[in-house]
Amino acid sequence: MTPNSGVVDAVPYETPNTLSSSFLKRDEDKTELCLIVDDMHCAGCMRKIEKGLSALPDVTWARSNLSTKRVSVKWTGENLGIADIVDRLNEIGFNAVPFNPSLMATSGEDQRKTLLRAMAVAGFAAANIMLLSVSVWSGNAADMDAPTRDFFHWVTALIAMPTIAYAGQTFFQSAWSALKVRSLNMDVPISLAVILATAMSLYETIRGGQEVYFDAGVTLLFFLLIGRYLDLSMRSKACSAAQNLLGLRATAATRIESDGSHTQVPIEAILPGMKVAVTSGGRIPVDGLVVHGVSDIDMSLVTGESLPVSVKAGSNVFAGTLNLAGPLEIEVTKPEDDTLLAEIVRLMEAAEQGRAGFVRIADRVAEFYAPAVHILAAVAFLTWLIVGAGWHAALMCAIAVLIVTCPCALGLAVPVVQVVASGRLMNKGVLLKSSDGLERLAGTTHVVFDKTGTLTLGELLLVENQNLKTEDLAKAAALARGSRHPLSQAVVKAAKGLPPLRAEEVREVAGAGLEGLVGGTLVKLGSAAFLGLDNTETLIEGTSLEGPDLWVLIGDAKSVRLSFVDRLREDAGEVVRTLKNEGFKVSLLSGDRAEVAEKVAADLGIENCLSQRSPAGKIAALEAMTEAGDKLLMVGDGLNDAPALRAADTSMSPANAADVSQVAADLIFQGRSLTPVLEALHTAKSSRRLVLQNFALAALYNSIAIPLAFAGLVTPLVAAIAMSSSSILVTLNALRLSLGQQR
Amino acid sequence: MNVLVILIPVALLLGGLGLLGFLWSVKTGQFDDLKGAAERILNDDDIEDEDDRS
Repeated sequence: MTPNSGVVDAVPYETPNTLSSSFLKRDEDKTELCLIVDDMHCAGCMRKIEKGLSALPDVTWARSNLSTKRVSVKWTGENLGIADIVDRLNEIGFNAVPFNPSLMATSGEDQRKTLLRAMAVAGFAAANIMLLSVSVWSGNAADMDAPTRDFFHWVTALIAMPTIAYAGQTFFQSAWSALKVRSLNMDVPISLAVILATAMSLYETIRGGQEVYFDAGVTLLFFLLIGRYLDLSMRSKACSAAQNLLGLRATAATRIESDGSHTQVPIEAILPGMKVAVTSGGRIPVDGLVVHGVSDIDMSLVTGESLPVSVKAGSNVFAGTLNLAGPLEIEVTKPEDDTLLAEIVRLMEAAEQGRAGFVRIADRVAEFYAPAVHILAAVAFLTWLIVGAGWHAALMCAIAVLIVTCPCALGLAVPVVQVVASGRLMNKGVLLKSSDGLERLAGTTHVVFDKTGTLTLGELLLVENQNLKTEDLAKAAALARGSRHPLSQAVVKAAKGLPPLRAEEVREVAGAGLEGLVGGTLVKLGSAAFLGLDNTETLIEGTSLEGPDLWVLIGDAKSVRLSFVDRLREDAGEVVRTLKNEGFKVSLLSGDRAEVAEKVAADLGIENCLSQRSPAGKIAALEAMTEAGDKLLMVGDGLNDAPALRAADTSMSPANAADVSQVAADLIFQGRSLTPVLEALHTAKSSRRLVLQNFALAALYNSIAIPLAFAGLVTPLVAAIAMSSSSILVTLNALRLSLGQQR
Repeated sequence: MNVLVILIPVALLLGGLGLLGFLWSVKTGQFDDLKGAAERILNDDDIEDEDDRS
């Protein structure tokens, strides 16, 4: 998803109607556009969008997808452009961001469908073959005559051969690519067992033999495909979340031409030195320098600080931050490829490589399991040959060894536990995104928290103040209602339940405050300087000057100071205490100022507090902890945490975190409580125990089955019973996780 | 025995039709938007209403 980094000729973007054409997919006279519409929630929204778009001239097709929050539009002719579609959606009340489907790796979705089809075919074949096989087995014991048995064998062969050729491809391809680089994975013994069993059964069928193993081969594939599919569908959920990353990028910018006119251009056409205009409430598209205008910028995604920052001519602003108050003119200092957001994405990619060293338990088992199985089969073949059983009997025996040792239970052992664990976590409000996240989480020894939005709720709360009368609060709230500033919104929230008043002639001075008439009296709300107060006279007994503040002046009364705090999550202290009791190390790693971070750390009893860290500084801090031998769990929410979330062994984000962070995190938790972090750690530990138990069960089963196969006692019936029973046993064991509330 | 020669292929054919139906529904994207499909039933687009409120 690297953006177009080449220098783009600015000429094709003269008219505002033709935005970047890379978003459009053209097919003869039809044009298709995909948009992310994040605020689509229900049937009503879908209908509104589809009807609204269809009403446009030339639009032939509009379809919304609620699961992926995407809308696809097709139209004919040249009269419509991206801007028209986006404007239309804005008109009916939706925020739409065009996105380029070709930027997205859709291979995950394709692979999922391929697996689903393979699973359906294998399931159908397995059921039918088993039906026929059971008849043969019972017929062999009773009085089935040879022609009937042969007929049944031929029917099973005809079902099994195409099924194995089709449904087995995933395993064959993976085994082949492993063999090509001279290594072994779990798919090598699987493929070998399936192919050999099929080939031998076909030979037996032609020969009119008594025993065929078609059912074993197909059921094996079916069970394994279930495991694979479960694994992949969990990952594709994560992939879909990752695609919202693009929504964060501003996709168009308003360029100010030399004659002062405004032009809409795609972000790729913005070069250093150009000037762009950003309206109030818009996202800043580029890193740059403010040349004109005064405003407040919501930097919380970048710095982790919940308080907006005032900017004026000469201030630096970063791409992806939100312009809250007044319009700004920005001179571009870096091209889009070089913005802070792009830098963070790059840091994330670099950090991710560090995680590649993790080998999943199943793969570690496969490393010695695959060669062991092959050696066993070879030994069985040679032993029988030496004893003088003839090559046919010896080969039968060797294949029986391969079939019974085929890692069916192993293939299910991890995915089933994962699915049960993620289901249990989902109930507790935790979303498991990465497939190996639980395994990594289970090894955690050190939990690192971000401050704003993670330990705290990230929303400001008005501190109760006896100097402030309720009617004055209502007046201040009437004024504040029109402002996007977080402090204004905190005032509005505090005044909830009071009778609403009307403010007139409201004037907002960006970076300073608000003034207006409420019920005929002049009300001012803003900084001390805005109210004309001197800093020395602002200290009132009983109040501290810590934290952000606002002043309110009503008529000629004395000004009252309003102070705000960022509230801790209610159970933060308890969670930290429990973590420490259970032997975890706990640290605080914040981008915020030292005194704020240290106060929170002291309140919660966290000794190790690191503050004022840049995204790169956070990675460095985590690396130092890893050097010290700790396995890290990073919990954070901001854009500035995203690289750190990638760099840690495992990571969690709250659901209201920045999109990039949610993409980076392995787990996402919902709600206002911090307990899910604890839950996730406990679930991870118990699921690791279950996975190990499952491996032990599979080993136990093998230690019984292998001698039997060696002795030549494994008939197709025995193989089928052994295989299904071990798979069922493993699945049942995994289900204990959702039953027992054991830790 | 003779009846099996007919009945087993017939049974397989019927089962196969079900399988084809499933594969077709996957291919035509009927599983792409499970949430949306659940909500769409609430839309009364087949009933004419001109006032377009929703």
